[in-house]
Amino acid sequence: MDNKNAKGWLYLLPAFLFLGAFLIYPLIDVFVYSFEEGYNSASQTFSGTGMYNYSYVLHDPYFLQAVKNTLILVAVTVPLSTGLALLISVALSSIKPLRDLFQTIYFLPYVTNTLAVGLVFMILFKKTAYSDGLVNLLIQSFGGSSVDFIDGPYWAKMFVLCFYTIWVVMPFKILILTSALASVNQIYYNAARVDGTPKWRIFTKITLPMISPMIFYLVITGFIGAFKAYSDAVALFGTDLNAAEMNTIVGYVYDMLYGDSGGYPSYASAAAIILFVIVLTITCINLLVSKKHVHY
Amino acid sequence: MKIVLQNLTKKFPSRSKKSPGEVIAVNDFTFEIPDGKLIGLLGPSGCGKSTALNLICGLQKPTEGKIFFGEDDVTNLPPEHRGVGLVFQSYALYPHLTVLKNITFPLENLRGADKLSKEEMEKRALEAAKLVQLEGLMDRKPSELSGGQQQRVAIARALVKTPRVLLLDEPLSNLDARLRLQTREEIRRIQRQTGVTTIFVTHDQEEAMSISDMIVVMKEGVVQQIGKPQEVYDNPVNLFVAKFLGTPPINIFQGRVSHGRLYIGQESILSLHDTPNGEVTVGIRPEGFILQQDGPLTCGLTRVEVMGRDISVVSTHPCAENPSIRSIINAENMVDPEAKTVRFALKPHKLYLFHPQTGERIPFTPE
Amino acid sequence: MDRTIDYLKIEKRTRTGKLISNILIYTLLALWGLIVLFPFYWMLLTSVKSYGSYNAEHIPSFFTLSPTLQNYVDAFTTVALGKYLLNTLIFTLATTAIMLVVITLAAFAFARLDFKGKNLVFTLFLSLMMIPNELVVITNFTTVTNLGMRNTFLGLILPSVTSVFYIYLLKENFAQIPDELYYAAKVDGTSDLRYLRRVMIPICKPTLITIIILKIIECWNSYVWPRLITDNPDYYLVSNGIQEIRENGFGRENIPAMMAAVVVISVPLILLFLIFRKKVMAGVARGGTKG
Repeated sequence: MDNKNAKGWLYLLPAFLFLGAFLIYPLIDVFVYSFEEGYNSASQTFSGTGMYNYSYVLHDPYFLQAVKNTLILVAVTVPLSTGLALLISVALSSIKPLRDLFQTIYFLPYVTNTLAVGLVFMILFKKTAYSDGLVNLLIQSFGGSSVDFIDGPYWAKMFVLCFYTIWVVMPFKILILTSALASVNQIYYNAARVDGTPKWRIFTKITLPMISPMIFYLVITGFIGAFKAYSDAVALFGTDLNAAEMNTIVGYVYDMLYGDSGGYPSYASAAAIILFVIVLTITCINLLVSKKHVHY
Repeated sequence: MKIVLQNLTKKFPSRSKKSPGEVIAVNDFTFEIPDGKLIGLLGPSGCGKSTALNLICGLQKPTEGKIFFGEDDVTNLPPEHRGVGLVFQSYALYPHLTVLKNITFPLENLRGADKLSKEEMEKRALEAAKLVQLEGLMDRKPSELSGGQQQRVAIARALVKTPRVLLLDEPLSNLDARLRLQTREEIRRIQRQTGVTTIFVTHDQEEAMSISDMIVVMKEGVVQQIGKPQEVYDNPVNLFVAKFLGTPPINIFQGRVSHGRLYIGQESILSLHDTPNGEVTVGIRPEGFILQQDGPLTCGLTRVEVMGRDISVVSTHPCAENPSIRSIINAENMVDPEAKTVRFALKPHKLYLFHPQTGERIPFTPE
Repeated sequence: MDRTIDYLKIEKRTRTGKLISNILIYTLLALWGLIVLFPFYWMLLTSVKSYGSYNAEHIPSFFTLSPTLQNYVDAFTTVALGKYLLNTLIFTLATTAIMLVVITLAAFAFARLDFKGKNLVFTLFLSLMMIPNELVVITNFTTVTNLGMRNTFLGLILPSVTSVFYIYLLKENFAQIPDELYYAAKVDGTSDLRYLRRVMIPICKPTLITIIILKIIECWNSYVWPRLITDNPDYYLVSNGIQEIRENGFGRENIPAMMAAVVVISVPLILLFLIFRKKVMAGVARGGTKG
């Protein structure tokens, strides 16, 4: 019997070693760090314990900027990308010819390197000495005046960031929603058609309630993902996000840890925990709302 | 509302790679369904009866032919304008809506002059619910109902908009045996009460025969026979119809006609007029056998099953198509279960002759 | 007679409505397809324009008549793109391989073996899925730094060789294999490890392939951890490499060469996707997240 127990644990040992060292220990440690004041990473000493790190982070204008950026990003991209994905998925499910082709194309951004393709977006939107960039030329041809989306005004940079983020997250959402739509039994649509139900009513009264669990799943994962935005911003604006006013909360954490202003794991920990609390709160609210509105 | 089908044909592109081309699900249907009747569309699975139903309700478009509701040509009309109520095999109740909401769903689609107030809708829904005896369950969700109750919700939903035609696609196949019996009586009652022209698709001949005013027997997309259930049973046009109707099924023998006599094996069974000589397939209904000491047909006795009013004699014969012959005999007759053989005389009107290759009925006049 | 005319009207209206909605649907789909594809087209196009002609275009042209592969040569010679690709390949293969061993053993233990406290441990295990990466990265950074493993493959690989989610996915699949197979194998004297290798792994191959594909995509695109742990370009992965190229790369802003590098980085995953299209999409629908 003992032999059997030992065997079970033996098989689990590698997983436990790695998880213990790189997931469980760090989880505890990050809380410890966040309360250690004046931590010095070279000497590994600290001067006291308390809430100072949190207070520092919450008063740091860079952090506040990052929170603002992240909130705007979340508020814009989550509803827009979910809505757009729903629209495209519904359109996709209502056609037969070319559906496979469209699905394949729409999935491409998922398998691309965010950093690499971000550069393409940068050159499309950037204004340089030689050229205003393709997007600006497009704006000009419609009679608008050109804007530097990469080094220009805040709203323009935010626009590109949101646009690129949506471009990156759409494949996953379209994929999930098209398979959710495909799983709705055709018989309900037939029943509704025989009853003379208008298309819009079929959509709101049958399709939406039936795929509502998946929509809420996407909203929840969408919120979590958008709050953790970072590499999209780096791809567009380079690693010095504070200078570009385009930092995100996760970006702030990494900058505190390492990078140009780095070397402060305590501040980084405090910021990471603040982020975690925000995400947890939003997720709980989402779950409460979804309990009320999801129909199974 | 009378329904007329004219040369109705539906072809599908074949899905099998071995035999490309077309599959003809419904082949050249022409018949008329009189107003206010209940029609049973009957055939084995895959015979195209569900396709025929889909053509009538408009979910599928016919390849050829026309459909008339009354005098109106509805062939190309989308289903929502046809005024049909459809009950699906699996009911298709909306799982997220209550019984009441399910029943009012079709009414909420009405627009313009037909638009109903909320009170009116609920009144109509309650009437429909009363008709199917569901009044007490209006606030339940479909998942909280039994199969039979779900079925009735589906019927109420189909009836609530007072359709011109009610279509039922295998409505009883998901119910257990007892409920099936009860529900088919129910459907009969509701149809009588509302007088709506009803088409009922089923593969169960007993079901179709017991409640239909008229049955349409189908095989491989082709209509075999149309008529009142008893007429079709008594006068099948071919071997397929004869075999398909009746429980226990008809008994089939290899026989031959020679000089005005019908032989099964060496035994001369019957004298007949005007029937040309040759091989024939003989079908004898289970109730066509008469126990008789010196009867012409001798069978090996397997066993005797007592069923109360009747007894069922199970026997064998070398010329029979199936290993056992089943005959139903009045229980007043005594059969010695220990006997090796049993001898039968036959009722000529329960005996049919068919062409051995085509299966077509060969008429005969008994002497 | 009135009614027949009425019907014809309805039929016609239905047909027109269908046509219009089809036009709208295909326009919408084509538009989004264009938005998705255009960046790819642009990067391919720019990567074959010569440096001179690219910078001479005030209004960028949508095609080029004199494509050049010079940018690709530059990308491999001027900057260490080949090195980055090789690093990423090593990192991806090593991480995926080690992870497969670790998660298969753990999933086998949870699905097949009986030992004290299994259910409790498994529940605790599942709760680990809730821990966000951002929280643990900080300490991991310190740990790896203190172990002197910065700028080593070991430091890059070790933190990402386990995934609670993949263990869960695989365990669920393992658990579907009927017990009878296991007992039959036991009666024949098959050892647990052999049973795992010869029976369970082949049966669960589709799930394993899904996991492998997802992990490869994740590794190829990973940016944050490599960025923290490597500051020596010899150990850069493609994500950091492209950032390096952007900031200190070709001296002057040589965008065509940069695009050539982007193409080279993007092609492997796109090829993987186009070859295993069905598997990738099914896998992502089952267990992927991004965004």
